[in-house]
Amino acid sequence: MSDTALPHDMPAVYEPSLFGTYSKKIGMWLFLISDSLTFGALLYAYSYGRISTPNWPTPFHSGSIINATVMTGFLLTSSLTMVLGVRASADGDKRMLRWWLLATMFCGTMFIILHGREWGKLIAEGLTLPVFPKLPGQEAASEFANVSKTVPQFASTFFGLTGMHMLHVTIGVIYLGVVALRRKFLPILLACWLAAWLLTPATSPFHYAAHALLAAFLVCSLILWLKPKVYDSADVEVAGLYWHFVDLVWMFIFPLVYLMSAKIL
Amino acid sequence: MEATQLVIQERVREQHQHHGKPQFFVVWGALLTMTAIEVYLAYQNLPAVRMLTILMGLSLVKAALIIGYFMHMKFEISRMKWTTMCVLVACLALMMIFFPDALRILTLSVK
Repeated sequence: MSDTALPHDMPAVYEPSLFGTYSKKIGMWLFLISDSLTFGALLYAYSYGRISTPNWPTPFHSGSIINATVMTGFLLTSSLTMVLGVRASADGDKRMLRWWLLATMFCGTMFIILHGREWGKLIAEGLTLPVFPKLPGQEAASEFANVSKTVPQFASTFFGLTGMHMLHVTIGVIYLGVVALRRKFLPILLACWLAAWLLTPATSPFHYAAHALLAAFLVCSLILWLKPKVYDSADVEVAGLYWHFVDLVWMFIFPLVYLMSAKIL
Repeated sequence: MEATQLVIQERVREQHQHHGKPQFFVVWGALLTMTAIEVYLAYQNLPAVRMLTILMGLSLVKAALIIGYFMHMKFEISRMKWTTMCVLVACLALMMIFFPDALRILTLSVK
């Protein structure tokens, strides 16, 4: 073992980055690659079920397709506002950066609301999972009362895949809220949790899923109070990478899950 | 702000200098147009295999546009591009090993 010490007055020499960029960005790319494998596994599971099941249900009527198209429009627009935010940040325009991030959050929130409405409609029609709360009178009247029993892999892969994506969009909106507003975002997040918890009926899965916002509030509080910092353009760019990834995944979910299972008469 | 943070900020500014805002609007327009084509195809009741081929082809083009322009990969150095994309494509391609099994189940099922 060498016991030779370097002199303290020696100037620090750093090797240039192997990948030509800063470590935060490389870290985010590594995370996104691993996350894409998670979504890849879910998409493959859905496709596997689709190929191996002859009577695969086609629950998406024209209304659902239009709803999903509007959701896609919101997500694509959010990617545009995000990239404009990254550009404003690189140019040092903090005012415009905040506006672009808020616009991105708005589009993301609209996506979540529309997706939640779609879920609610499908659950009301009888497409459900055993873990979801039972709706009164659901068994008798619903269009898909038997689908959940005869082809259970449809409901489980559909809710698993789209639920995972919705969770990622929610985390993305919170992430951008922290970057844009820092501690000012905490009361907003708390208000969102209360609104989501109190305004959704107890028969909705979102009534319970709303508590994820409370968990996010606690995590964000810890981060913002223990390690307060001014988020710079590198942080905004890294947050942007995450947001674009969420958009990218939807570009595969939308055609594979919605358009391939459309019931157009 | 720390000195390291300032250096990185300057680097981000330099990296984003070579493309203008109109380029983002063009990419966004192309993505919306391709989405509109996909929805139009859904209303055409095409055979499933042909439909899947076209939809996945369009999705791959859309993914390439998002990764290349919005996620800035087009402007990274080639070592970064090749390392990340090759790893991703190889892992996703390996998962396709399950599909022949899905077809086997279909032929084995009760008629």
